[in-house]
Amino acid sequence: MKAVVTVMGIDRPGIIAKVSTSLFENGVNILDINQTIMQDIFTMVMLVKLGDDTDPAVVLADLDKIGSEIGVDIRMQNEEIFNSMHRI
Amino acid sequence: MINTREIMETIKMIDDQHLDIRTITMGISLLDCIDSSAERACEKIYEKIVRLAKDLVKTGEEISRQYGIPIINKRISVTPISLIAGASDAKDYVCFAKTLDRAAKDTGVNFIGGFSALVHKDFTKGDRILIESIPEALAVTERVCSSVGVATTKSGINMDAVKLMGETIKKTAERTADKESFGCAKLVVFSNAVEDNPFMAGAFHGVGEGDAVINVGVSGPGVVKAALEKVKGKDFGTVADVIKKTAFKITRMGQLVAQEASRRLGVPFGIVDLSLAPTPEIGDSVAYILEEMGLEKCGTHGTTAALALLNDAVKKGGVMASSYVGGLSGAFIPVSEDAGMIAAAECGALTLDKLEAMTCVCSVGLDMIAIPGDTPAETISAIIADEAAIGMINQKTTAVRIIPVVGKGVGEMVEFGGLLGYAPIMPVHEYSSFDFINRGGRIPAPINSLKN
Repeated sequence: MKAVVTVMGIDRPGIIAKVSTSLFENGVNILDINQTIMQDIFTMVMLVKLGDDTDPAVVLADLDKIGSEIGVDIRMQNEEIFNSMHRI
Repeated sequence: MINTREIMETIKMIDDQHLDIRTITMGISLLDCIDSSAERACEKIYEKIVRLAKDLVKTGEEISRQYGIPIINKRISVTPISLIAGASDAKDYVCFAKTLDRAAKDTGVNFIGGFSALVHKDFTKGDRILIESIPEALAVTERVCSSVGVATTKSGINMDAVKLMGETIKKTAERTADKESFGCAKLVVFSNAVEDNPFMAGAFHGVGEGDAVINVGVSGPGVVKAALEKVKGKDFGTVADVIKKTAFKITRMGQLVAQEASRRLGVPFGIVDLSLAPTPEIGDSVAYILEEMGLEKCGTHGTTAALALLNDAVKKGGVMASSYVGGLSGAFIPVSEDAGMIAAAECGALTLDKLEAMTCVCSVGLDMIAIPGDTPAETISAIIADEAAIGMINQKTTAVRIIPVVGKGVGEMVEFGGLLGYAPIMPVHEYSSFDFINRGGRIPAPINSLKN
C-alpha cells in the first residue's frame, strides 16, 4: 500500500534522518519527499510504499515513538484518503 | 503525488475542525431468527448478530488507524423487533431488548438500534406488545435504541399511535427518572421512517434490505463552518458553492471508509448518509454554521432560510461524491448535542416553535430537546402530531426525540453526557391538546400521495 507520511514540528537537525531510518528498518520505500517551513513549522510530506508483508501498525508505532522522542508530530495515512478527497 | 497543500487541508480538517466518520453501522436482518419460542428466537438473534458483527469494531479501528481518520461510533441496526417477536409466544419483549443489549456489549458496539415498530397505519399484536415494553426495555438495557414509525406520506398519521407514544415517552422518562430520564434519549418517533439510516437512536434495518449491509454516516459541521469563514460577506451563491465543495470532500471520505469496511467485513456496502451531525464540542456545531452566515444567534429570523440553504447544498455536494446516498442525509439539529444550539436555547433565541419550523427544511426533526417533566402526555403527543404532519405533507422524514425530564422545570439544565451532551429545559405551550389527542383514529393521507 502507498501511504503519506507527514511530519510537523519545530525544526531541528536529524528529523529526516531519524524518520527515514525508521522507515528503512521497516522495509518501507520512500517514493517522494517534499519539505517546507510553513508558518515557522517544519513540515515534511513523504509518499512511501509499504511492502506487502509489512504491517502498517508496526511502522506507525515506530514512527510514533520517534515523534515523541524528537518532539514532532508524525502520522502515516493510506494515500487513498487524499486521492478520494481531492481528485474526482 | 497529491500536493502538500491538499494533504495539509485534510489533516487540518481532521485535527482542528473535527472531521470524522460519525458511524459505521452494520444492518443485520433478523427475519430468519423468527421462532414461536421467544427463548429460541433470542438465542438465534444473539448468535446471528455476534457472528456477523464480531469484527465490526476491530475493523473500524483498523481503518481508522490506517487512514488516520477518526471513526467515532461502530453500531448495529436490526430488523424491527416487533416483526420478529410478534411471531413468538412472549407477553412482553424486554427479553428481546436484553438479548440485543448483550449482543451489543459482546461485539463492542456502543448502540444497537431496532427495538422498533412501524405502525403508521395500524398495530399488530406484536407492535402493541413492543411499544408497551419500551419503557422497561430502555430502563434495563444500556445500548438498545428504540424507534416507532407513526406516520407516512402514503398512509397518513396513526393518531392512536401518536397518543400511545406520548404516554410511552412519559413512562420511559419516569422509569429512568434516576438518570435524568435518559431512556427518552434512546427513543425516536418517526414520520416517513427510513430503512437504511445509520444514525442512532432511529436506526433500524428495513425489510427491503438484504441479509447484512454496511451503512456509513459522515460528519463535519466544523469543516463547513471553517470553509465559510473564508467567504465572509460574500453572496449566497458563493456560500452554497463553498458548502457543496466541502460536502463533496467530506462525503468522499465517507464513501472510501464505507467501501473499505464493506470489503474487509465481506458485507455489501449500502449507503453513505450525508448528514452534518454536530457534537457538543466547540467547533462542531450546525448552529455556528448558521451564525457564520450572518445570524447573530441561531433561532432568530432568517434561521430557517439559512438552514434550507445549508441542507440543500450539503446534499448537492454530497450526492456526486458517493455511489449510493441514503439514510437521513441532511443537517441535524439536535439541541443537546450542539454547542451553538445549547447556547441559543439558553439565551432564549431558539424556541421549540422555531425548531419546529426548522425541521420543515432540514433532516429529521425535533431532536434531543429537554422539556419540563410535568408536561402532559397529550402535549407530547401533540408535538409528535405536528412533527408527523410536517413529514407527511412535505414527503420527508421527521422525528421527535424529546425528553420530559422528571423533576426539572424550565431554565434548569440537564446533563446526558458524552455525545448526547447537555441542554436547558425548554418551555412548551401550556394550553391543552387533550381533546385533540383523545379523538383517536387516523389523519388521512394527504392528496400529494395520490400520484398513481
